[in-house]
Amino acid sequence: MPEPQSGEPHVSGGQRATENGAIAATGLDGTMDLATTEGETLEKGLGNSDAGGPADKARSLWSDAWRDLRRNPVFIISALVILFLVVISLWPSLIASGNPLKCDLSKAQEGSQPGHPFGFDGQGCDVYTRTVYGARISISVGVCATLGVALLGSVLGGLAGFFGGISDSFLSRITDVFFAIPVVLGGLVLLSVVTSNSVWPVIGFMVLLGWPQISRIARGSVITAKQNDYVQAARALGASNSRMLLRHITPNAVAPVIVVATIALGTYIALEATLSYLGVGLKPPSVSWGIDISAASPYIRNAPHALLWPSGALAITVLAFIMLGDAVRDALDPKLR
Amino acid sequence: MGRYVIRRLLQMIPVFVGATLLIFLMVNVMGDPIAGLCGDRECDPATAAQLRREFGLDKPVWQQYLTYMGNVFTGDFGTAFNGQEVTELMASAFPVTIRLTIVAILFEIVIGITLGVVTGLRRGRPVDTGVLLTTLVVISVPTFVTGLLLQLLLGVEWGWISPSVSSDAPFDELIVPGLVLASVSLAYVTRLTRTSIAENARGDYVRTAVAKGLPRHRVIRKHLLRNSLIPVVTFIGTDIGALMGGAIVTERIFNIHGVGYQLYQGILRQNTQTVVGFVTVLVLVFLAANLLVDLLYAVLDPRIRYA
Repeated sequence: MPEPQSGEPHVSGGQRATENGAIAATGLDGTMDLATTEGETLEKGLGNSDAGGPADKARSLWSDAWRDLRRNPVFIISALVILFLVVISLWPSLIASGNPLKCDLSKAQEGSQPGHPFGFDGQGCDVYTRTVYGARISISVGVCATLGVALLGSVLGGLAGFFGGISDSFLSRITDVFFAIPVVLGGLVLLSVVTSNSVWPVIGFMVLLGWPQISRIARGSVITAKQNDYVQAARALGASNSRMLLRHITPNAVAPVIVVATIALGTYIALEATLSYLGVGLKPPSVSWGIDISAASPYIRNAPHALLWPSGALAITVLAFIMLGDAVRDALDPKLR
Repeated sequence: MGRYVIRRLLQMIPVFVGATLLIFLMVNVMGDPIAGLCGDRECDPATAAQLRREFGLDKPVWQQYLTYMGNVFTGDFGTAFNGQEVTELMASAFPVTIRLTIVAILFEIVIGITLGVVTGLRRGRPVDTGVLLTTLVVISVPTFVTGLLLQLLLGVEWGWISPSVSSDAPFDELIVPGLVLASVSLAYVTRLTRTSIAENARGDYVRTAVAKGLPRHRVIRKHLLRNSLIPVVTFIGTDIGALMGGAIVTERIFNIHGVGYQLYQGILRQNTQTVVGFVTVLVLVFLAANLLVDLLYAVLDPRIRYA
């Protein structure tokens, strides 16, 4: 076993060895035993190489990816930006003392002045306060829609990929159908009837039209994972379907889903703003960047600042999520190593 | 080849039926079209019932769908509620959007692939990093923001273009709107080409071609590009449908009277016939473009044979 280390790595290393041993018992003894010892030496070598590191657990794809991410400046910057956005969307009053709905028409379209760094919009509302408060809707729509899409898409796609057969081809045809409908168009049609002014219809629409994208990814990666030898071994050992799915396939198939979902989060935020811009997403008096940009566009010539600040905030938010997704993909993609 | 095309055409049928049925149901959820006809006042019940009968709206949805599809295949897309033939609207709207899409696709092909090849061959150099960062920014700025900003800068501040497009929408007025429409896809094409080129540049056949002493441009054009373009062609092909349907935002910003404009008006006025008709055609375009992409594979990659 490896050199003296903290308690935990020993345990997990040992567990892995017994698992290998158990598989070996069912297979051809000689070769599999070799594989087991090889695995042990490999692990020993890995353990030695970074014995000084802080987290010396068994090196999974995840711990490897995490080590990569912590050293990636792109990840650190985008994660900090996202952390900041999440904090101000939970407690906007931390950095903006005003009320986003308190407007003074006499100050309409005025530029930057002390206490109001971003100036005023067409209704005389403080652009800075509204931009800060606008984060809440964007972040909550993005996060909730992504959670919903990822959950629905990966469950449906994963099950279809795992079981195959009729349900799989049925699901594939359904995803084809959804892919044939332009997203913005579907949003216009579905949301134009909605009268309730909350984020839930927008989120619901995104989940409804967004899940096929994730389900396609999940299906593909489950099919790849399913063919691995360890899944065959688990099946040979008589593992139930649910055990194979949860213990063996999911951990190995979930990486692409996470990557696509992170990048999609950015696009959902952009989509919410686009729908609000088209007048079907959220409507005033909700405070959303899309609404503010839409409201500022008619007098863009006189008061471009009212359009530029929320646009900038929107772009930075989307950029942060896309960069985060990019960094996570680089860390999780073994091909780039 | 012939058999493959037929099989693909047959596979398209369920997708077509599903997509049109889905949009039909969505539009039905959209609300009572008759209520929109009477303007702001409440409809007189007798008139409403008569209109309902006239438009066939008293029948169940599936029957409406079948009747509608039957008519579509004889070229009858019905009439909008203001009495204008939907086909007439299409005849005025589609040429405009097709021109806009052509401009956008040209931008994707010319700029996107060029940038992708340049950066893919110089991975890790300043050019590569610069272009990569630019594509990230372009992807993160939503189309309507890009559009409004370009309109403000080029149209209003500097006066290079007219801020809104005339109703004829000739090609030269569509250059900037086309660029705006293409922007996000352009960035994706660049990234996709870059990855693909960078991966293939390490391929054995490229090394062989270089070792044979072929000139560099010939290696890139004949060997590298041809093998690297397959994923890019797939993307651009599927993008045609998305561009035509996604032109709503661009057309609204630049006041272009194309498909997006008609759809937007149709949705706002609850004009179900217009919406369903246009979406049906868009779905057909999407399916046809996908088929075309699959057939193009054989041209690009002779290893693929369709039996």
